[in-house]
Amino acid sequence: MAQPRKQNEALYFMRRNAKLQIGVAIVFLFIILALVGPLLTKYQPRDYVAPSAQPPSSEFWFGTTSFGEDVFTQFVYGLRSTFLVGIVGGGLGTLIGILIGFTAGYRGGIVDEVLNMLTNIVLVVPSLVVLLIVAAYLEVRGLVFESVYIALFSWPWAARAIRAQTFSLRSRDFVDLGRLSGMKPLKIIFTEIAPNMMSYLLLTFILQFGGAILTAATLDFIGLGPTEGMSLGLMMNNATTYSAIMLHMWWWFIPPGLAITAIVGSLYITNVGLDEVFNPKLREM
Amino acid sequence: MSRAGRQVPEEMLTLDGVSKVYRVGTFGGKSLVAVNDVSFDVGDSEVVSLIGESGSGKTTIGKMILHLTSISSGAIRFNGVDVSRLNGRARKEYYRHVQGVFQDPFSSYNPIFKADRIFRTIREEFFPKIDSHEWNEKIDSSMRAVGLNPDEVLNKFPHQLSGGQLQRFLIARALLLDVQFLVADEIISMLDASTRVGVLNLLAELKSRGLSILFITHDLSLGYYISEKSVILYRGCVVEMGPTEQVYHHPLHPYTKMLMACVPRLGMKWECGEIEVTNPKVKQPDLPSGCAYYDRCPVAGNKRDCSTSPSLVEVEPGHFVACWRQTKQES
Amino acid sequence: MSLQVKDLTVYYQTLRGEVHALESTTFGIADGEIMGMAGESGCGKTTLGQSLIFLHPPMKLIKGGVTLDNKELPIGDMERMNNFRFKKVSIIPQYAMNAMNPTRKIGKMVADLLKSRNVDFKSLLPELKRRLDLVKLSYDVLNMYPIELSGGMKQRMVMVLSTMLNPSLLIADEITSALDVSSQKAVSEMLVQFRDRGYCKSVIVITHDISVLYQIADTILIMYAGQLAEKAPTDVIVHSSQHPYTKMLISTLPEVGVRYVEKQLAGIPGGPPLLLKPPVGCRFRERCPLAFEKCLEKPPFVETEKDHFVACWKAGA
Repeated sequence: MAQPRKQNEALYFMRRNAKLQIGVAIVFLFIILALVGPLLTKYQPRDYVAPSAQPPSSEFWFGTTSFGEDVFTQFVYGLRSTFLVGIVGGGLGTLIGILIGFTAGYRGGIVDEVLNMLTNIVLVVPSLVVLLIVAAYLEVRGLVFESVYIALFSWPWAARAIRAQTFSLRSRDFVDLGRLSGMKPLKIIFTEIAPNMMSYLLLTFILQFGGAILTAATLDFIGLGPTEGMSLGLMMNNATTYSAIMLHMWWWFIPPGLAITAIVGSLYITNVGLDEVFNPKLREM
Repeated sequence: MSRAGRQVPEEMLTLDGVSKVYRVGTFGGKSLVAVNDVSFDVGDSEVVSLIGESGSGKTTIGKMILHLTSISSGAIRFNGVDVSRLNGRARKEYYRHVQGVFQDPFSSYNPIFKADRIFRTIREEFFPKIDSHEWNEKIDSSMRAVGLNPDEVLNKFPHQLSGGQLQRFLIARALLLDVQFLVADEIISMLDASTRVGVLNLLAELKSRGLSILFITHDLSLGYYISEKSVILYRGCVVEMGPTEQVYHHPLHPYTKMLMACVPRLGMKWECGEIEVTNPKVKQPDLPSGCAYYDRCPVAGNKRDCSTSPSLVEVEPGHFVACWRQTKQES
Repeated sequence: MSLQVKDLTVYYQTLRGEVHALESTTFGIADGEIMGMAGESGCGKTTLGQSLIFLHPPMKLIKGGVTLDNKELPIGDMERMNNFRFKKVSIIPQYAMNAMNPTRKIGKMVADLLKSRNVDFKSLLPELKRRLDLVKLSYDVLNMYPIELSGGMKQRMVMVLSTMLNPSLLIADEITSALDVSSQKAVSEMLVQFRDRGYCKSVIVITHDISVLYQIADTILIMYAGQLAEKAPTDVIVHSSQHPYTKMLISTLPEVGVRYVEKQLAGIPGGPPLLLKPPVGCRFRERCPLAFEKCLEKPPFVETEKDHFVACWKAGA
C-alpha cells in the first residue's frame, strides 16, 4: 500500500546505510546461531559431559563450566531463550503500548488524562521490588512469565512515543476528512493513522525487543529469571557465583556477556540507522 | 443573543447564538472564548463569506458546523432541524448533506495512498450496496462537474497532482454525496494565483446549480468576487454583516473600515498617513467584557457605553452592525 | 547600477537529478530602487533571493555572477560571503518571526549578532533606539523574550535587526505573508521608510502578492519557472505589460470591485512545468496563447522601452 516511490526510496537508503547493515548483520548472525546451534550439539545444557573447568578445545568449543557442562551448549540454548524473551516480551510490550498510545492520542481529553495517569503509575512502580515479592510467592517461574512481566513494565515507553505521534497525525486534515466521511474512530486509527506510522512502529518494536533482552539478562543475572531452562544471563549468574573471574575461566562469562552486548548494541545501532532512512532530515546528503 | 421573536423563514443553515469556549491555563481555570454568540444564516443557493483574520474564530465556526468540534452553547439548525448535537447515525446522515473542504490540499490526503482512495471511502461508508458500473458513472459525472479529466487524475498519488487538481478532487468527493451545503475553509489561499480563479469560478458555478457555500477567508477581494452576503468577524464576534456590496462600499463598523482601508489593491494606493500600529499586550484569554474592538478603535465612544458588548442592529435592510456609535447615530 | 546580476544559473541537487531552478537570469537594480519579485510557486524567486546571500547545498552555482556597488559579490564562496553578509547584503527571511532564539532576551541577541560582525553594541545603541522609534517599538523590547511579542512586532524587530549596519542590498522574503492586513500595511510602509532614510540602499521584495507590490515597489520583476519574464516600473507592469504571462497573471487577480456575476475572471489553464527536465526554450510556451515555433528558442531578456525588459518574441503583441 505504500507509495512505490517511497518504498524504493527507503530501500535505496537502506542499502547504503552502514549502521543498518552492520546492525542487522550481527543480529542475524546470532539468530542463525540460536536456530542452528542446538542442532550442532548432542548435549543438553545441564548435562555433565566432561571434566570441569576445561578451556576451549576442539571437542568443547567454548570449554566447560565448573560442573563439567558444555559452555557452547549452554550458550546456544541460552541464545534461544534470549530471543524468545525479546520477541514475546518486546512484542507484547509494543502491542500494549500501541493500544494505549493510539487510544490516548486519538481520543484526547479525559481518556488521555486517565491513560496518562496509568502510564505514569506503571513507570513509577519499582518493577524490581515487585518482582522480588512475586518471586517469593511463585516458586516456579517460566520463560513466558518473565516475558509477560517485562512487557507489563516496559509498555509505557512505547505508549508515550505512539501517543505523541498519533497526536500529531490526528490534527492532519486527512483525519478530519475521514471523520467527515462518516468513518468510525477505530477505522480511522487503523486505516489512516497506523499506516502512516509504520516506520515508527517498527522502530518502537526494535527498541522494545532490545530492551526486553537486556532486562531479561539483568533479571537472570541477579537470579530472578526463570527457574528452569538456560539463558545468557543465567550463565553469567552462574559464572560469577562460582568465581569464574577469579579462576580465570574467561570462556564461561565472556561469550554470554559479549553476545548480549553485541545483540542489544546492534539492535540500537539498527534503530539509529533506520531512523536515518525514514527521516530524511537526519541523512547526510 | 438569539433572534427569537422575529418571524423569519427557515434558511438552509442558521447559527443561533453559537459560542465556543475553551478551558485554558493550569487546571483549566481560565476560559478562552474563541467564538462569542455568533448568529447568521445561509439561504438556498447562496454564497456567504465569513471574513476574519487570525484569531477571529472563523475556522472554529466552520468546524462546529461540520461537527469536528463541539458547540459550547447556542444552536445550529439545518433546514429547520436542530443539529447542534449529533451522534452516530444522525451525524452520518448529516454528512450526506453537509461537507467541507480545507485549506491545505496536500494535508487533506493521506500521503501513502492514492488520491482517489477518498472516493472509495465514500463508497464504503455511504453507498455500500451500489454496483460498480453505477459507481463509476457517478465518479465520472462528478469529475466532469468539477472540470477534471478522469484519465489524467485517477490512479495517481497526491504528490503527482497539483494543488488545484487536489482541491477540485475534494469538491468532486463532496458532490458524490447529496451535498446541499459546503464549508470552504480558505480553500484557495494555498493555490497559485493562476489556479485560484479556476476553483473560485467552479464554486460560483456550483452555486448556480443549487449548492450553498460558506466561504471562509481572510482575503477581502475573494469574498467580494464570489459572495452575496458577507459576515465580518473580529475576535469571535460578528461586528458587521450584510449584502456584500453594502458592507464593502459602505462599511459601518470601525474594524470593517480599517480592513477596507488596509487591504492592498491593484490600481489604488494606500492612503498616506501616519503608520498606524498597534502593539497588543500579551493575549488575554478572557474576552473583555465590553466591545471586543475597544482597545484598537479610533472612534471609541465614551468608556461607559463601549464597556458593554454591543449587539447586532439592523441599520439598513439586511445590513447589521454591532457598534454603539452607529446605533447611537441611528437613534 | 547598485546590483548587477549576470547570467545567474542555480540548480538544486536532488536524488533524481538536478532541478533547474534558475536559468540564465540577468537584470540590474539601481541605487535606492525597491524591486518586487513576483511569480507563482516554482518560479525561482526564493532561490534567487537566497542565492544572493546564502547559496548553500543542495543549491549549486552553475554559472553567472553578481556585482554589488561595482564590486564582485562572491556568492559561490560561503566563506568569503561572510564579510558581506549583514554589512553589504542582508535578508529578512521568511518566517522571520520564528528566527529569534526563544531562550534569549532580544537585546542580548542583538548584542551577540553585532559582536560577531565586530561592531560594538554600545556605540550603536542610540541609533538602534532611533530605529525602534521609527517602527513604533518601545525600548523595553530589548529586555523582553521573543514570546512576549506579537507576530507583527517580531517582524518589525527583525527588520530593524537586518538593517542595523545599513546594507546596500536588503532582501525581504515574503515578510508580509503571515501577517494580518493592518500589520501588512504597517510593515510594508516601514520598508519604504527604511529605504527613504537610507537604512538600506536597494530592496528586493519577494512575494506572491502583487497588490502589495503595487503599493510599495518602484519596479516589479515577474518570473516564471526559473526564467525572467518581464521587468518594468510598477504601473507599467500592472496596466501595460507586454509579456503574455504577465498580462494573464494580472487579469486573474480578483479585486474589490470585481464580482463573478458581472465579469468572470479567467485563470491560466495548465500548470508550471517540472524543472527536473525543463522544456526547451521559453518555459511558458505550453500555456501561452501566443506561442509559435520560434518559442522553442529561448527569447532574450531585452529592453523594449526605457527600463522595460521583456523576454518574449511577441512582446507587445
